[in-house]
Amino acid sequence: MAVPISVTRGQGPVLPEPSALPAGSGNRGRAALGRLTTAIRRNRKATAGVILLALFTLIALFPNLIPHYNPAEIFYGPKCPSCYSAPALVQASPSSAHWLGTDLEGHDVFSQVIVGTRAVLVLALVTGLLTTLIAMVVGVAAAYLGGTWDGVLNLVTDVLLVIPLFPLLIVIVKYAGQSGNVVLIAVLTITGWSYTARQLRAQAQSLRNRDFLLAAKVRGERSFYIIMVEMIPTMTSLLLACFLTNALYAVLAGSGLQFLGLGDPNLVSWGTTLYWANSQGALQAGLYLWEIVPGLCIALLGAAFALLNYAFDEISNPALRPMRASAKRKKVPLATPTPTPAGGRLATDDAHAG
Amino acid sequence: MRFALRRAGFLLITLWAALTLNFLLPRIMPGNPVEAAIASLRVPLTPSEINAIAAQFGVNQHQSLISEYFTYLGHILTGNLGVSFVHYPTPVTSYIATGIWWTLGLVGTTTVLAFLAGTAVGAIAAWRRGSRLDSTIPPLLVFTTAIPVFWVGLMLILVFSSVLGWLPSKGGYSLGATPSFTPAFVGDVLQHAILPAIALLITTIGAWVLTMRNTMVGTLTEDYVRMARAKGLPSHRIMVNYAARNAILPNLTGFAMSLGFVVSGAILIEYVFNYPGVGFMLLQAVESNDYPLMQGLFLLITVAVLLCIVLSDIATAILDPRTRTAS
Repeated sequence: MAVPISVTRGQGPVLPEPSALPAGSGNRGRAALGRLTTAIRRNRKATAGVILLALFTLIALFPNLIPHYNPAEIFYGPKCPSCYSAPALVQASPSSAHWLGTDLEGHDVFSQVIVGTRAVLVLALVTGLLTTLIAMVVGVAAAYLGGTWDGVLNLVTDVLLVIPLFPLLIVIVKYAGQSGNVVLIAVLTITGWSYTARQLRAQAQSLRNRDFLLAAKVRGERSFYIIMVEMIPTMTSLLLACFLTNALYAVLAGSGLQFLGLGDPNLVSWGTTLYWANSQGALQAGLYLWEIVPGLCIALLGAAFALLNYAFDEISNPALRPMRASAKRKKVPLATPTPTPAGGRLATDDAHAG
Repeated sequence: MRFALRRAGFLLITLWAALTLNFLLPRIMPGNPVEAAIASLRVPLTPSEINAIAAQFGVNQHQSLISEYFTYLGHILTGNLGVSFVHYPTPVTSYIATGIWWTLGLVGTTTVLAFLAGTAVGAIAAWRRGSRLDSTIPPLLVFTTAIPVFWVGLMLILVFSSVLGWLPSKGGYSLGATPSFTPAFVGDVLQHAILPAIALLITTIGAWVLTMRNTMVGTLTEDYVRMARAKGLPSHRIMVNYAARNAILPNLTGFAMSLGFVVSGAILIEYVFNYPGVGFMLLQAVESNDYPLMQGLFLLITVAVLLCIVLSDIATAILDPRTRTAS
């Protein structure tokens, strides 16, 4: 039941080198997956994160599992018999028909929350994936190629890292106009990869002089092969951590921009629902749930990513684990029981290291 | 020395990149700044008047993009940021000056508070590994770092303003109050600052605590801490002078950096609370296509960050002898 994830001194988590694992790629993959599930099950933060994420994914994939209306449908109140004008909009406080009430234009808020799940999740996952991909290519290439390449890629990364992103995002998204999720994803991706690129570069640099890479070089493999087949598979767990960091960034920054009314106000998404709630005066009208629930959903989805990230830190760095759990684990010998002082530190400090 | 030169080069390139971005963005994007200005004046103008306005704004319509770029760089170097479209004819610099103190006061104070409190809590949590404090606070803070700050602001308004009616929800001071240094006005300002400050504290304190805790968990296993224990030093001295002192470096450099982001860090909160700072100003500038103001604010924000990087470099060089010898 031990979690044989070794830790390289000072550079965050690494899975065991491929050579240390049984041969056969299918076997290897299954073994790694098995280790991951055990590790997640043993860590309460990871379990909570996985459950939250699974729940939101389920709603995003199958919104019809939960009965809801079309979020564009407009609900009218009872027709006024004595007057000739059109029936009034519902503008309802929460009721059995509208659990979270309706907005001032008569749309059901609960349905917006359910349908909006997909947009937010797509934003988080796609942006997280794309930024991690760019960060991986840039970071690993910079570390492996070294020299001028390293200098140039590093400069680009650092410049992007210190340019104040949020104001820049506001300006770009404002001018990009109302074109839905795609623009938001593109903008967040272009601006958001630099932070994790730095982490990946540090990790790749620590790998550069390892024996298995030297062996590949001596065999005469091309750089591309060495980077893709030899280096990147050893960085899986850090890549996962980077993905989680970037997904959280996408959820928070994307929702923030939508809340400001940037992006597409007609796209059904939690941030836009909050924008309408704020601009139509939900608090003044006493429609509190309209402001509480979408924000809570953003917080829970963000928490899922943050909890998973923190849990992976604990799993890969035994020194950070809660005391009680590590006392129990004493019976089982760890593969490499070296507590690392600086290893797998939390996201925040690396960004400021230079 | 070589390190210092390389850093200076990096900062100059970053500044140049930011300035160029600043110049290009409004020009790449649809819409012409001069047209926007004329539209905002809402009076019919003759061609010569239009040219005069264009010249005023530093947008010469007969100039090529490249010579326009150098004129722009020249203006920036001489501190001429142009004139605000919307608040015509107030120069951008003096308009920004009216907002910067609000932001520095609110966000600057909360940044310092979050850093001090967060570092202290993190150090204590690491020192008492496995205590109730250490097993409850970090998971809670992992959650708070993931909450969107604007929503925390909305919830605080909901509870303390809408339901309880204890605190004001909008603005930097009450409508009708004249800014002055009287106790009544200062109290009014403080009352307006409480909710946005709490929202910022809730969402930013987590990073300080978690970084400090996780770094100090590392330093606690070092030999010098064991040595201090063996010498029989009082435990509070070991905690503060040995473990915490060596763990604080990431937090300190982070603190220097976050001071740079004070100016831009609270745009969402200033928006939620209609706080009269530069973040709210930036949003209004974007909303009303006030290009000179937008560019001025973006410049201010970038320069603030770059200055604080210099500060952080100097602090690291003083505090960490390794960085001096390494270069």
